[in-house]
Amino acid sequence: METPLTHNISPGREPPDLAQYEKAGGYAGLRKALGMSPAEVQAAVKESNLRGRGGAGFPTAQKWSFVPMGDDAPRPKYLVCNADEMEPGTFKDRMLLEGDPHQLIEGIIISAYAIQADVAYVFLRWAYKLAARRMEGAIAEACRHGYLGKNILGSAYSLEMHLHVSAGRYMCGEETALLNALEGKRANPRAKPPYPQVSGLWGKPTIVNNVETLCNIPHILNQGAEWFKSLSRSDDGGTKLYGVSGRVKNPGIWELPMGTSIREILEEHARGMCDGYQFRGLLPGGASTDFVTAEHLDLAMDFDSMKKADSRLGTGTMIVLDDKTCPVGMLLNLEHFFAQESCGWCTPCWSGLSWIEQILQDMEEGRGRASDLELLESHTRLLGPGHTFCALAPGAAEPLQSGLKYFRDDFERHIHEKRCPWSQT
Amino acid sequence: MLSEQERREIEAHARHYPNNRAVCIEALKIVQQHRGWVSNEGIADVAEALQMKPAELESVATFYNMIFRKQVGKHVILLCDSVSCWIMGYERLREHLGDRLGIRPGQTTADGRFTLLPNVCLGACDHAPVMMVDDMHYQDLDPPRIDEILASYRQEEKSSDGNAADS
Amino acid sequence: MATIHIDNRPYPAKDGENLLQECLSLGFNLPYFCWHPALGSVGACRQCAIKQFKNEEDKRGKIVMACMTAAKDGIRISIDDPEAKEFRTSVAEWLMVNHPHDCPVCDEGGECHLQDMTVMNGHVYRRYHGRKRTFHNQDLGPLVNHEMNRCIQCYRCTRFYRDYAGGRDLDALMLRNQVYFGRHQDGVLESEFSGNLVEVCPTGVFTDKTLKRHYTRKWDLQTAPSVCVHCGLGCNTIPGERYGVLRRIRNRFNGAVNGYFLCDRGRYGYEFVNSERRTRQPLLRKNRTEPLQLASKRDALQHLGEMLSGRARVIGIGSPRASLEANFALRTLVGRDRFYLGISERDSRLLASVLDILKKGPARTPSLHEVELADAVLVLGEDVANTAPRLGLALRQSVRRQPEKIAKKMDIPLWDDHAVRAAMQEEHGPLFIATMANTRLDDIATRTFRGPPAELARLGLAIAHALDPIAPQVPDLSDTTQALASAIAEKLMAAERPLVISGMGCGDNAVVEAAANVTWALCNMGRAAELCYVVPECNSLGAMLLGGGSLETALEAMNDAADILIILENDLYRRGDAAMVDRLLAAARHIVIIDHIEHATSAKADVVLPAATFAEADGTLVNNEGRAQRFFQVFVPKGEIEGDIKGDTPRDIPGDIQESWRWMRDIMVAGRGDERQWSSLDDVTAACAAAIPFLEPILRAAPPAAFRMDGQKIPRESHRYSGRTAMHANVNIHEPEQPHDPDTALAFSMEGYLGHPPPSLISRFWAPGWNSIQALNKFQDEVGGQLSGGDPGERLIQATPGKKAAYFENIPPGFEPRPGEWLLLPLHHIFGSEELSILAPGIAELSAQPYLALNPEDASNLGLTAGDEVQLRLRAQTDVTADGSAADGSANAATTPAEIFRLTLRFKPGLLHGTAGLPVGLTGMGNLAGVALPAWGELKKV
Ligand SMILES: Cc1cc2nc3c(=O)[nH]c(=O)nc-3n(C[C@H](O)[C@H](O)[C@H](O)COP(=O)(O)O)c2cc1C
Ligand code: SF4
Ligand code: FES
Repeated sequence: METPLTHNISPGREPPDLAQYEKAGGYAGLRKALGMSPAEVQAAVKESNLRGRGGAGFPTAQKWSFVPMGDDAPRPKYLVCNADEMEPGTFKDRMLLEGDPHQLIEGIIISAYAIQADVAYVFLRWAYKLAARRMEGAIAEACRHGYLGKNILGSAYSLEMHLHVSAGRYMCGEETALLNALEGKRANPRAKPPYPQVSGLWGKPTIVNNVETLCNIPHILNQGAEWFKSLSRSDDGGTKLYGVSGRVKNPGIWELPMGTSIREILEEHARGMCDGYQFRGLLPGGASTDFVTAEHLDLAMDFDSMKKADSRLGTGTMIVLDDKTCPVGMLLNLEHFFAQESCGWCTPCWSGLSWIEQILQDMEEGRGRASDLELLESHTRLLGPGHTFCALAPGAAEPLQSGLKYFRDDFERHIHEKRCPWSQT
Repeated sequence: MLSEQERREIEAHARHYPNNRAVCIEALKIVQQHRGWVSNEGIADVAEALQMKPAELESVATFYNMIFRKQVGKHVILLCDSVSCWIMGYERLREHLGDRLGIRPGQTTADGRFTLLPNVCLGACDHAPVMMVDDMHYQDLDPPRIDEILASYRQEEKSSDGNAADS
Repeated sequence: MATIHIDNRPYPAKDGENLLQECLSLGFNLPYFCWHPALGSVGACRQCAIKQFKNEEDKRGKIVMACMTAAKDGIRISIDDPEAKEFRTSVAEWLMVNHPHDCPVCDEGGECHLQDMTVMNGHVYRRYHGRKRTFHNQDLGPLVNHEMNRCIQCYRCTRFYRDYAGGRDLDALMLRNQVYFGRHQDGVLESEFSGNLVEVCPTGVFTDKTLKRHYTRKWDLQTAPSVCVHCGLGCNTIPGERYGVLRRIRNRFNGAVNGYFLCDRGRYGYEFVNSERRTRQPLLRKNRTEPLQLASKRDALQHLGEMLSGRARVIGIGSPRASLEANFALRTLVGRDRFYLGISERDSRLLASVLDILKKGPARTPSLHEVELADAVLVLGEDVANTAPRLGLALRQSVRRQPEKIAKKMDIPLWDDHAVRAAMQEEHGPLFIATMANTRLDDIATRTFRGPPAELARLGLAIAHALDPIAPQVPDLSDTTQALASAIAEKLMAAERPLVISGMGCGDNAVVEAAANVTWALCNMGRAAELCYVVPECNSLGAMLLGGGSLETALEAMNDAADILIILENDLYRRGDAAMVDRLLAAARHIVIIDHIEHATSAKADVVLPAATFAEADGTLVNNEGRAQRFFQVFVPKGEIEGDIKGDTPRDIPGDIQESWRWMRDIMVAGRGDERQWSSLDDVTAACAAAIPFLEPILRAAPPAAFRMDGQKIPRESHRYSGRTAMHANVNIHEPEQPHDPDTALAFSMEGYLGHPPPSLISRFWAPGWNSIQALNKFQDEVGGQLSGGDPGERLIQATPGKKAAYFENIPPGFEPRPGEWLLLPLHHIFGSEELSILAPGIAELSAQPYLALNPEDASNLGLTAGDEVQLRLRAQTDVTADGSAADGSANAATTPAEIFRLTLRFKPGLLHGTAGLPVGLTGMGNLAGVALPAWGELKKV
């Protein structure tokens, strides 16, 4: 099984430096790309069926295609690597950032070349201190060796790259809020249209891509779209970093073919539930995805299959709920997070989420009311996509709506027993 | 007034952006790095340097959670309170830390040594529960491990007269 | 035009406009918060949700925000859709979750958009059981009150304050459901437009702090359409009164003039009406050596009648802060040749020059709204932020015109406010500011230029020459000035709507002429250039149109021996050199003053008659644009209430205060037995228009007194006006008879026509379900556009496009610093420089204290630092006129002895070497108040 994204990575060891990275075949993709036209690079990525790994699964090449090209395109153009990774339960980009920074840098340069960007930023979350140090070092190294800066590798193409370390907020991961954060503003999202591809950073054409998305790019160029597609077990190309956390025997993260089944990940790689714990359900791709339960275990973890379970692939990092953990408590924890992280821009989110949190808190503390279930349910509807300004609140509604569906009895017990059945007292 | 060092660091970052405003978050972080937190004076200093209004900086400073507008202790303990860590027993650790330090989340020990803050997911969920102390991640925590870590910070301080853990 | 389908019915709509605006224009009651017609859409509150359907077959549709969706031909939407309605109701519920429900004690109650929308949404029962978040409020200064617990996080305040008005000390702090809108700490809001927060905020977070001290609900206020008297722009206002006290000013939308916003001087200056310094009863002395004593109206008039009945020669001095009618009445009383304008020779020359240029030249004088549309602006000499504040706000919009094209190119609709701002970034269209010192608009200026008037004029003339070589060339110009002139000329030429702004603020006619040359050069080069002059007072142009000599010529006439001097609404000590005014007053045997406040001049009068303020009178004012606007009496100033023990209907005995024109009328009747004199305002207006044909349009500034809607007058009181029967219960339990209004089509009553009156007669904005100021939407055909029926006001001055005007040829020599001497330049203050508003306690608190300004270098050469006391010795009056010509010789033949003043030093870095700044008109300036600046003087450290 090929693991292009992680073949240089061994946890606990220093990442490859530039020489080692080159030796392992690194920067060959870039050399190839520079010999192609930007349009050809875009075409290659399009051919590969690469879909964004940031959560929404938008086809990468299609996103790029909206950037104005040609001499009269507005300048400068920007490429931003979204390394904010703050969604609870998600820890995949961190591995790539810490484990193989040059792979990401190469991916960024190629992608920037494809859209003819002038400046690239890596927007890194504050907590990733080690990643920051390694990225900083690798960027400097790449600069010194002519991979960044003026006339890269003797081509006519130039690119500046800067690391921006965030001051911390989940909202910063939302691509338009991220742009505001980069501009030194509050991370409120922006309305779309206009899309960042047209009017992004400082009003200029901008592409925002996830770390994992960008790390795929060198391999696509290097080994071709057909090879890339062949890595996958589904229509979406490539491999995927899948992670598992919660009460499983072997929590961790693995690079597997896109479309590996939940069961395989859970049972083979995470080696099943810890002794004494039963599986009740899981959030397949981070805190903002719908629960799936035992009946869905044979579904493939890819963008389209997960829709069949009314859920989403999201970031591909699963959070497992066991039988000794209160689902209402888990949802309270999640909704507390979302309510805390609401940027405060649109009413349904800033007010609705804190109300949801309040209701769940009451329920956990034995003050639940019969009418609460309906209130929660209506909120999951009212916070749906399109109702709020950005996808944060709809994301918050997903685990709740599916939680109400799959764990309804547990909610009712809270209300009837006027306490949390899982609490010791 | 900004120190020479602070000014130089801010200027170095300012080169990455097309305008002054964009560097303001970095500037606040730099001031925090040097002074431990961002006081009203820190806000005023950055405002002056970047030709911004204190209100504009406050607007940014109060939005982001890693800019401390209240004084914090010498070491800041960020205990992950998000979902995976919660499932893996974060609450127990919170209580344990609270007992050991004699403070509640959000507070600073009387000797000014530790501040305990709950924090969102630290991105190490496969090794939950997790916390950070200053710049260091600590994973797979349980009460004994926490005691060890606290002890090491106390130890380090005694031996090296502070200056710990800026690794 | 597009056809849109709302709930399956076709309606016409403006293609590309946002659907919220279109739905409101069509009359639908679609609730909203964050959207504002002047601020555009940002989609934050989610209150305007509607359903949009793909096509006729689509029955499910999806929820969209009306404010963020463009009206496109064929689009199908539903307002009534149950899901959309449910969502909107939920938004109301969410907003109320943290709202304190403190309407009974909230100043916004009864005119609260949040109340209106909550009712409109049908949100009734509370389901939230948690705690509400609470905030600490800030002290934002004397004008605006802060109560953050009521906040619904619509972001309108910061969007107005920062994005629209350029203020930077108010911002959104914190996040989630704890967003806090405030300053970084307690303190006075820095923007001079802070008062608009009161109207922009849809709930009671920002309220009028001055109203708080004499609080009255909106529905209990008696209101009338009015015009601001605190500068020359003529913003439209709605003052409100109860119990004889003026309680507040609100903006009265006029699409051509002030639009949605006022400045703080205009909003808060009103308290002068309630001031301790009001004259409320006639004062009389028959002997100069005695103090003035209260007199009855009858005695005063009888005394005047006796004085006038002989062959007394009377001279009248009018006022640029009095209405056309008041001035004209005085002119009629004293005779045309004996009527003087009440301004200095210097000012009357400047005004004459302005009027002449506007009347004769090819350039149009723009309305404030047209200023907003200008895409390249030169400000020559005028510190508009201080002399015509609302104009500064208009300029902040005009600099958006060119950058907006970037957004248009990206297909971003202009209402999509944040997207437009993101596309524009910090780009500003061309705005050049050439002034004597720094201004509060410098932050948006493309380039600034600093210098005394002569240098400003030379720059202007050089620009004109750069535009049109036929315009005179400026000799000895420095290379940098020449380069700047060329750069400005280039930008003005490249613009579609170039605009030049100047005015009387720097007291120099060469500047006024230079501005004309620039504009005319643009016109001659085929550009539709506009020219806007700032004039100092609410009726400066109107007074000038009446004609009449200056104070200096009045002094001459007095010297020719006149017996009686009648002064109308004017403190001459603010107009001219104190010694000259002393001589003028000393020359009169009897001084009669008709004014509403006491001042240095009235202290010397023999007869003082209490005049009505703008709030107690009707009249016509002509603003700087040449727009004649009618203001209406808000209330009848009360005297005693005549209680009648016999049980007859009690009557409010009107006090002695009356309109100045009525005093003139009464004097004429008393003195000459002239019984057929005017009986109502319309008579005076008509006589005025007949006497001065140029003023004929004033007849149409508002409907006459006989005007009726459905046979009824238009009420000044709302239909919910309460307590009328009980208002005087402490005196008499019977309801007093309401005062009659013979002068206008408005009634002092709650009875009358309840529909929409003609635009000039709108005394309040209210519509069923819309109690807040947002009801204004119902008074516009197209929301955000002009008032239905047209914006009020009649333009008197029409430009003659295409006309070739001869350039002014007078080129002042460049400024030369004089050793040991300083050219003192006038510095204006929005708070403090204006005579009436400074009597409002809130404004007084914000006013500067008298000072003298130097640039720090000059100061240190003098061994001075900020805060030091400086001694100023003014050069004798004869050689001070700025334009080089000696002041009118004969009147001033006797040179005034040099006076010495002591002032505190302030730094003003923009001042050119050799010049110093003196604030204009501040309280406590003593005899400096009337000194015409610029003037030369000597400075010494004390
Ligand atoms: C609240 C919120 C948080 C997000 N956080 C992240 C993040 O941390 N990292 C990320 O790559 N995408 C995040 N996204 C998704 C981004 O908006 C965006 O879709 C993504 O960066 C695009 O990259 P891709 O096309 O490569 O997937 C977030 C979205 C939302 C609504
Ligand atoms: S859903 Fe609304 S309030 Fe929530 S984060 Fe997005 S924009 Fe902000
Ligand atoms: S008015 Fe449309 S979202 Fe606020």
